Amino acid sequence: MAEHSGDFGSFEDLAMPYFARFYNFACWLTRDTTAAEDLVQETYMKALRGFSSFQQGTNFRAWIYRILRNTFLTSQTGLKAMTSIDADVDAVAEPATQSTPESILLARVEIETIQQALESLPLHYREVILLCDLEEMSYQEIGQALSIPIGTVMSRLSRARKAMRTRLAAKEVGA
Amino acid sequence: MSCEQWRANLDAYVDDPQAPDSQAEFAALEEHLRTCSACSAEVLGRVQLKRATRAAAARYTPSAEFRLRVEKNIQAKRRPSWFAGRMPTLAGALAALLLIVASAQLWVRHAERQQAVAELLDMHVATIASANPVDVVSTDRHTVKPWFQGKLPFTFNLPELANSPYALLGGKLVYVHDQPAAQLLFELRKHDLSVFIAQQANGTLGSNPSETHANGFSVESWSQAGLRYVIVSDTNQADVHALGELLRAAAKQ
Repeated sequence: MAEHSGDFGSFEDLAMPYFARFYNFACWLTRDTTAAEDLVQETYMKALRGFSSFQQGTNFRAWIYRILRNTFLTSQTGLKAMTSIDADVDAVAEPATQSTPESILLARVEIETIQQALESLPLHYREVILLCDLEEMSYQEIGQALSIPIGTVMSRLSRARKAMRTRLAAKEVGA
Repeated sequence: MSCEQWRANLDAYVDDPQAPDSQAEFAALEEHLRTCSACSAEVLGRVQLKRATRAAAARYTPSAEFRLRVEKNIQAKRRPSWFAGRMPTLAGALAALLLIVASAQLWVRHAERQQAVAELLDMHVATIASANPVDVVSTDRHTVKPWFQGKLPFTFNLPELANSPYALLGGKLVYVHDQPAAQLLFELRKHDLSVFIAQQANGTLGSNPSETHANGFSVESWSQAGLRYVIVSDTNQADVHALGELLRAAAKQ
């Protein structure tokens, strides 16, 4: 995985390459393009104001993702999403079916099916999968971005993928 | 070692097979995969799911207009800080002159406070421009204050406003220099007043009582019982001060 703990450049040099990725991530968090634009805009303004406190040699990507996530969690959409976090944490049961999620994927990989499964995940599962599989962050970076220990990253990721497989398998059963 | 035990490591292997700390573990796992078709199929499935997720998750693309808007906003924000950006060089050149260094230090502290005030002004303006300015909407202090329970590492008192011209509109959680803070919104004759309350340890908001004007806004700040209070409003300084008095009296209760 690529490490992005890097050189100290201007704010734009460091932050703007992530623009499209931030927007995509913000859309997945908010599930609303207008709210995502507000979130990205506010994140960049906050990061610019706090840039002087960013420590050279530390991980800029994890730092700015943490700002984006904190900004989201204090927004109206984020607070609503937070209320549903605990309800689904360990309530992940494997489906009663002979089809494995992998066989479903081998049979028909449908982008839309995966997007729906991802959308239906609780926020804390969705974000950890996005940071790992889409952003290709290391466990350490994910821990920094979400302010959680690496052990929690690994266990949360494992439960998130289990939940993802459950949803994909359920779609196959229901199809 | 059973397949069940090997499978506990599969996510880490699929996510980062080159992880330097896990090479010995992964070498043993690969040895097992060579002889176990069930675990090999499991690895293949996880790799496929990961790739499919990556493809499916790259779904939204920002418009060129939006990118341009953000870039312009960044440039507009950076322009006033031209001097602040060069402070390290400037301070280095003046290091030999103690008097000037002392002045520069005072100036930096002042600039930091000004930056913090500018941040609060931004938040106040963004709040009153928003369709949903507050997250807890209530005129009742006994509804607004408990809403912050569990969200802030401190608590505060709100004044009884029944016999005053001020009305409480609600509040929300905000972050000031990465520290959680309360933003309370009050109304006075169609003017909005934001009250920010943060822990005093968040020293960028200053520590001394202060009444200033910034960009036409009245700003009053003070510290009380370990908390820093900052009021921002477009109403006059006397109205801001009167609300400050009510909050100070409530904090003593």
